[in-house]
Amino acid sequence: MILTKAQYDEIAQCLVSVPPTRQSLRKLKQRFPSQSQATLLSIFSQEYQKHIKRTHAKHHTSEAIESYYQRYLNGVGKNGAAPVLLELANEVDYAPSLMARIILERFLQEHEETPPSKSVINSMLRDPSQIPDGVLANQVYQCVVNDCCYGPLVDCIKHAIGHEHEVLLRDLLLEKNLSFLDEDQLRAKGYDKTPDFILQVPVAVEGHIIHWIESKASFGDECSHHAYLHDQFWSYWNSMGSNRRIGKPRMEEQLKI
Amino acid sequence: MAAVLESLLREEVSVAAAVRWIARSAQSSEDDPGEAAALSPLRPLRKEFVPFLLNFLREQSSRVLPQGPPTPAKAPGSSAALPGRPGGPPRGSRGARSQLFPPTQLPSPAAEVPSARRGGRRRGPGPARERGGRGPAGLEEGAGGEGLPWAASRRPRGSGSPGSPSLARSDPPNLSNLEEFPPVGSVPLGPAGRTKPSRRINPTPVSEERSLSKPKTCFTSPPINCVPSSQPSVLDTSPWGHGLPPGCRSLQEEREMLRKERSKQLQQSPTPACPTPESGSPLPSRIGNLTAEPADPAGVSSHRRLELVALIYSSCLAENLVPNLFLELFFILQLLTARRMVAVKDSDLEPSPGALDSLESPLFQSVHDCVFFAVQVLEHQFQVLSCLDKGTLKLLAENERLLCFSPALQGRLQAAYESSVAKVSLAMPPSAQAVSFQPETDNRANFSSDRAFHTFKKQRDVFYEVLREWEDHHEQPGWDFEKGLGSRIRAMMGQLSAACSHSHFVRLFQKQLLQMCQSPGGAGGPVLGEAPDVLSMLGADKLGRLRRLQERLVAPQSSGGPCPPPTFPGCQGFFRDFILSASSFQFNQHLMDSLSLKIRELNGLALPQPEPSDEDGESDVDWQGERRQFAVVLLSLRLLAKFLGFVAFLPYRGPEPPPTRELQDSILALRSQVPPALDVLALLQQGLRARRAVLTVPWLVEFLSLADHIVPMLDYYRSVFTLLLHLHRSLVLSKEGEGEMCFLNKLLLLAVLGWLFQIPTVPEDLFFLEEGQLEAFEVDTVASEHGLDGMPVVDQHLLYTCCPYIGELRKLLASWVSGSSARSGGFVRKITPTTTTSLGAQPPRTTQGLQAQLAQAFFHNQPPSLRRTVEFVAERIGSNCVKHIKATLVADLVRQAESLLQEQLVMQGQEGGDPAQLLESLCSQLCPHGAQALTQGREFCQKKSPGAVRALLPEETPAAVLSSAEHIAVGLATEKACAWLSANITALIRREVKAAVSRLLRAQGPEPAARGERRGCSRACEHHAPLPSHLISEIKDVLSLAAGPRDPEEGVSPEHLEQLLGQLGQMLQCRQFLCPPAEQHLAKCSVELASLLGPPAQHQLDRGQARRLLHMLLSLWKDNFQVPVPLQLLLSPRNVGLLADTRPREWDLLLFLLRELVEKGLMGQTEIEACLGSLREAQWPGDFSEELATLFNLFLAEPHVPEPQLRACELVQPNRGTVLAQS
Repeated sequence: MILTKAQYDEIAQCLVSVPPTRQSLRKLKQRFPSQSQATLLSIFSQEYQKHIKRTHAKHHTSEAIESYYQRYLNGVGKNGAAPVLLELANEVDYAPSLMARIILERFLQEHEETPPSKSVINSMLRDPSQIPDGVLANQVYQCVVNDCCYGPLVDCIKHAIGHEHEVLLRDLLLEKNLSFLDEDQLRAKGYDKTPDFILQVPVAVEGHIIHWIESKASFGDECSHHAYLHDQFWSYWNSMGSNRRIGKPRMEEQLKI
Repeated sequence: MAAVLESLLREEVSVAAAVRWIARSAQSSEDDPGEAAALSPLRPLRKEFVPFLLNFLREQSSRVLPQGPPTPAKAPGSSAALPGRPGGPPRGSRGARSQLFPPTQLPSPAAEVPSARRGGRRRGPGPARERGGRGPAGLEEGAGGEGLPWAASRRPRGSGSPGSPSLARSDPPNLSNLEEFPPVGSVPLGPAGRTKPSRRINPTPVSEERSLSKPKTCFTSPPINCVPSSQPSVLDTSPWGHGLPPGCRSLQEEREMLRKERSKQLQQSPTPACPTPESGSPLPSRIGNLTAEPADPAGVSSHRRLELVALIYSSCLAENLVPNLFLELFFILQLLTARRMVAVKDSDLEPSPGALDSLESPLFQSVHDCVFFAVQVLEHQFQVLSCLDKGTLKLLAENERLLCFSPALQGRLQAAYESSVAKVSLAMPPSAQAVSFQPETDNRANFSSDRAFHTFKKQRDVFYEVLREWEDHHEQPGWDFEKGLGSRIRAMMGQLSAACSHSHFVRLFQKQLLQMCQSPGGAGGPVLGEAPDVLSMLGADKLGRLRRLQERLVAPQSSGGPCPPPTFPGCQGFFRDFILSASSFQFNQHLMDSLSLKIRELNGLALPQPEPSDEDGESDVDWQGERRQFAVVLLSLRLLAKFLGFVAFLPYRGPEPPPTRELQDSILALRSQVPPALDVLALLQQGLRARRAVLTVPWLVEFLSLADHIVPMLDYYRSVFTLLLHLHRSLVLSKEGEGEMCFLNKLLLLAVLGWLFQIPTVPEDLFFLEEGQLEAFEVDTVASEHGLDGMPVVDQHLLYTCCPYIGELRKLLASWVSGSSARSGGFVRKITPTTTTSLGAQPPRTTQGLQAQLAQAFFHNQPPSLRRTVEFVAERIGSNCVKHIKATLVADLVRQAESLLQEQLVMQGQEGGDPAQLLESLCSQLCPHGAQALTQGREFCQKKSPGAVRALLPEETPAAVLSSAEHIAVGLATEKACAWLSANITALIRREVKAAVSRLLRAQGPEPAARGERRGCSRACEHHAPLPSHLISEIKDVLSLAAGPRDPEEGVSPEHLEQLLGQLGQMLQCRQFLCPPAEQHLAKCSVELASLLGPPAQHQLDRGQARRLLHMLLSLWKDNFQVPVPLQLLLSPRNVGLLADTRPREWDLLLFLLRELVEKGLMGQTEIEACLGSLREAQWPGDFSEELATLFNLFLAEPHVPEPQLRACELVQPNRGTVLAQS
């Protein structure tokens, strides 16, 4: 399955200021029926992350936090069962999970003597039943399960995808009889930062010599890569010839010397 | 100059400022204006400061080292302002230096006697003196007193009161006084008055290769003033044989004199214990002179002054402002081991009040001062000391004076000694003597005619005949090279008519030269047959005796003092004499051409650069090889360069520099026309640029050491010297870091350069050049990053091989040990060498040694590629063997360690105890197994080497040769591997086990359950189950739907849920793509899914469907999840709270679920009770609380039912639940 840059851009075009919710994803799927949900989600996630990176700061000013918190308090004061936090996030164009985090942090600041540690917050986001306030717990839970781009569940999905593709890649390499060292073996040898696999005997793919392979779970950080890599990795992926997954993971190759 | 020193002593100027002042011409901004003002008027004198300081120290110490060079007469009352020597060269520094140790005064009888006593062996003055202190010191003293009138005048006749510790040495020596001049080896009279008769070593002149040496005086304190007592007669005919100083000529007279004295002594010997007073002045305290005076820190006269001088002196050393670092170290060690102080007049000892800081009062007033000063300097030089060989370090660390004056330094030295691996044997192995025939390089095709070919063959035969004859005879007294072989050599050379024959012969000559002399033994070793490895043959049990034996018999011959002149030791002598005797211009020219070519070739050789070690440890194995190769190349280069220098400068060599300026100028004009034999300047610049100075400079020094007097004045060579001076100055040892040369590399260069600067032909003022000239040469040394200079290519062994004179330090210290044993109550026993049959000229070696010789012989007769192949195979197999052991034996041990650790952790519970202790106990259990490594390594080499050799050698190799080659390869590989393994295996195991333990302990921490055995899918599984990421995503969708908000058309069908749970089950069974975090999240999501099934309003489920789904979930939890499932979440207030909002509330599913959980053992009864209990504490609407309480009671009321009654119970449950809900 080939996804060209043009296609990617087309999809990305539809994602401008769309909240990262189930509903948005459904609409996207209707619009691009030929793409799988995983692909679309990945592109969505990536584009949305870019968006958040741009706007992150303005949601974290103390005025913004204060106004969000007040709006939240007003909202739940009127109706605790209504999706106050989720709607607030969508309204200000911010990720629901991140909004939940802001409010939770603010809430804990108010109710505890010591400012909450990051690990406490993370743990509460993972398991909202630990949140002392029942209403807030429900609100946070709602945000987390409805956010398709951020939050502990999404992180876990990304991690799982990464792991799955590593396994897939390993199988492919084994199938093609390519001898390799994997990350664990490399680490045992003392490498600190390692790619997923180093080929013990380099291979040539379309005239490029490939020494190592790194599989990425998402479309991740294109912007930080050179444009030529951006255009090429699809073809590398293509030539790797997986028949089970479409172009979700990408195989970057590094031309070493 | 003295003014500078004085202002330093008065602390008007800081030492740092002074060193800056000396080292740099420009005033630095750091300087204090006051200091600058104090120093600025003295600017013109700046470059004279260092020579002044050195001379000052030598002069000051002359009373302590009395048989050193005599201090010249000084202008009364002006010890600081040293007058120039009348008639001496007017040039500044040279004059300043020369006046102290003028060559004409050197061959004083005082210095001559010890060398005569020592059997005429040339030796370093220091050890001679020290040994003198042991026994016959009186002899030297006495002779000195007689021979030098100035000495008597300087030491006025005496006021030494009996018993006074400060001894006046005023009387003319009483040579017949046995106490004062006891026979060699006799015990100095102790308080008990015990004496031990002893034999005397009869001085016999031994022929030596000292042809090149003119005694060099500058800064050698005492300089090499013990000129070889007898020059071999042949050398006198050589172009070198310049006139010996008159002192040397008078050796026979000296001997006669000694003999007379000795016979007098013998006549008096019946009463040895009773000293006969002579001329009315008894000398009862002579004993103090014979043994070393104890040194005591409390006796130091002026701490501050000595500290300051030591500091400025050390700073000069550190900045490389002195010409020869090791010479200074030698001097310092002499001070450290000074035995006694020659007393002066009491008035001299009493410092005049107020003059303490000035130079008026002597710097060293007692032995205490000397030792204090020496220890101070040694503290500053620790870095250099720590790089000396193990033996020297041991001697230093064991030196009781050092311990007494600076326990801290002693501690550091002890530590350095213990960690040092630099074992350097002063006894050189004998050089290889095999004569090689290389028929394949000299075949017919290379000759113009049959006749030339046959002539050459004949010549080769003659050459080897001559060589063998030399081997057999050159040690015999009275044999003379020229007389014995000269005519034959010349006849042979006469036959070499055609130019091509010359080149053939030169090739043979050069090859033979390299082969015989290239080994360390051949280059720096003693005369053949002289030094069988006595120590290794006798073992180490009687080391004290052996050390002295070695020192007396072997060591003195290997070099001559801390600064010996260039020599041709061992078989090098043959080649030199051959060149001299042949006196063939053509031969010399061809030889020069050939040597130059070979030098260029070797100098440009790309020495393999080891890659930065990928893994520490095993790369050591490869590293050794690189280092050895470097050493071989370096030693070959040095040898070739030495001979090139010899031949190239042969025509110009003369006894002395030309007497007049005019003559010198005309010679200079003439010589500057002659192009250099080898463009050493270009090669040096190239070497510096490519950061290969460590290879280039040592051979260049050898080349230059043989230059004649004019050479350093020639512009071309002057620039070479300037470059070398610049390099010398830049090699500051304390500088370390990126781009800097390795420490030992620097030390090697400093040693060879320092030695060069002391060569007789190198003008003494050269070192103290104007800085202007120095700074004109800025060499860009940072051009290439990875030069040889930055790599640790030099080890102690190479350092000591290239600079055997560094070993003098050790000899000096060793002599102190042997001498001081007398002081500590014992007595110096005479070493009586007993000749055993095994110690003959060519002793049969141990089997191993013989094997090595056989292997050498084998290689000689085979093409060189065979040797290369075998060595290559051995090297690689040895290296592989280590890797193999690491992958097998060590890995097994690590696995054992892991299981042992697991056991211990189970035993001790989760605590595990102290990791360090655990590691210790594991290592102590496992390290002994490391011994197997040697056996396994041996097996590995045995198995692997032969095949490799066979594969690499030509098919046609004869079977016998092949099997020998295989054997040698096995042997070499085993040797290499076992050497590494035996040294490192324990450390390796320890390191690996440590890594494994910390890995295990880390992994132990967070999730012990996750570490349990993990069931994978069956082999038949094709991994078609849905991916975990997909399932998490799907379940998340369901959860988000449930949590809302949702569109009206949205919803979850029971079928969809069932399908989802089914997929989850498949996936959990397959597990191919599952990772622990994903499984944990899935477990949590599944629990949330279950709690959603309770409140019916959120989905369209009937009770039966819900129950079925719950059953599916229960079995997933029970059978498929391998991570802990957070089931308590079912009863979290938030999930139970979902029920609160629904009407009517349906409790029966929850109750069912709870019972099932208990039933399946997923949750304990009490656990659920606790959860329910805490639930009731939360705030609920009133009616909800009541229902909760009822549920609680209901759950409690139901007794825990065993298996058979379960079904009945299940049948009843729905009703009861419904009842509850409806109530």
